[in-house]
Amino acid sequence: MRVSVIVFPGSNCDHDALWAFERILGLKVSTVWHKDHDLRNPDLVFIPGGFSFGDYLRSGAIAQFSPIMTEVKDHYQKGGYVMGVCNGFQILCEMGILPGCLMKNRDLKFLCQDVNVRCESTRSPFTQGLQRGSVLNIPIAHGMGRYVADDETLAALEDHDQVVFRYCSDQGEIRAQDNPNGSMQAIAGISDESGRALGLMPHPERHVELELGTDDGLSLLNGLVEYLEQVPG
Amino acid sequence: MDQKTYRVSVRLKPSVLDPQGKTVAHALHALGFDEVQDVRIGKLIDLKLAADLPDDEVRSRIESMCQRLLANPVIEDFHLLEH
Repeated sequence: MRVSVIVFPGSNCDHDALWAFERILGLKVSTVWHKDHDLRNPDLVFIPGGFSFGDYLRSGAIAQFSPIMTEVKDHYQKGGYVMGVCNGFQILCEMGILPGCLMKNRDLKFLCQDVNVRCESTRSPFTQGLQRGSVLNIPIAHGMGRYVADDETLAALEDHDQVVFRYCSDQGEIRAQDNPNGSMQAIAGISDESGRALGLMPHPERHVELELGTDDGLSLLNGLVEYLEQVPG
Repeated sequence: MDQKTYRVSVRLKPSVLDPQGKTVAHALHALGFDEVQDVRIGKLIDLKLAADLPDDEVRSRIESMCQRLLANPVIEDFHLLEH
């Protein structure tokens, strides 16, 4: 499987992603500058975290118009996979690939901490290898992570099984005190209707080795690898 | 070249929670401004445009700027302000 990691001015998790996909999972990874026009023919486009364009105007608002994003849209529309973490999630929402929006945290503070998230859906290729209800311990690091959408969108997310992760306790209970940023319905990650685009605020690429706390992120990052190995072509 | 300034306001939709506004409201209460019932914070954007475009074309182009970049229609409303 080939992965292309997009790098914007202000991206800061691109090397974490490179480490996880290349050094830990042994995949072929290209880093692609936002002004390039060649995506290098990936199976997965990974949009990393950080502060693309300084979060000016709104997080992800300006990155969506970088030259490479035309190719990213094309890749997605032709059936390719796209994963956005943190700022990458914000960018996918701004592009309209994922519904809703990520706003300033409820308590206005930048949050940098380990959280627990519960897998809510195994429908998408990314999460087909996880158990519904299983709990992953992975870190968040964001100031703008409060997921917001109107009632109609939230209902559609439920109807189409698009809510992929919710913030939870270490036992997997959904409680108000485990929702760090005030996200609606404790949403930490969603997919598009097709399941080919995934966005989440927590950073699976930062928890891929036991030396770093847990390797819970690996089961998610490895999900698409396993899926593509099973699917012919 | 002649230029003209247009002012656009971008505000959160009424249905969207504004924790920044709430915090400012609390701070105003702490200063004794008890009459403050709510605060909502938005953005003002001044656009300097070439002055040689017809007014209706300017309006439609500013609307397009807002829809595509300056505002996020999921959470924000925008208005071209008269001034």
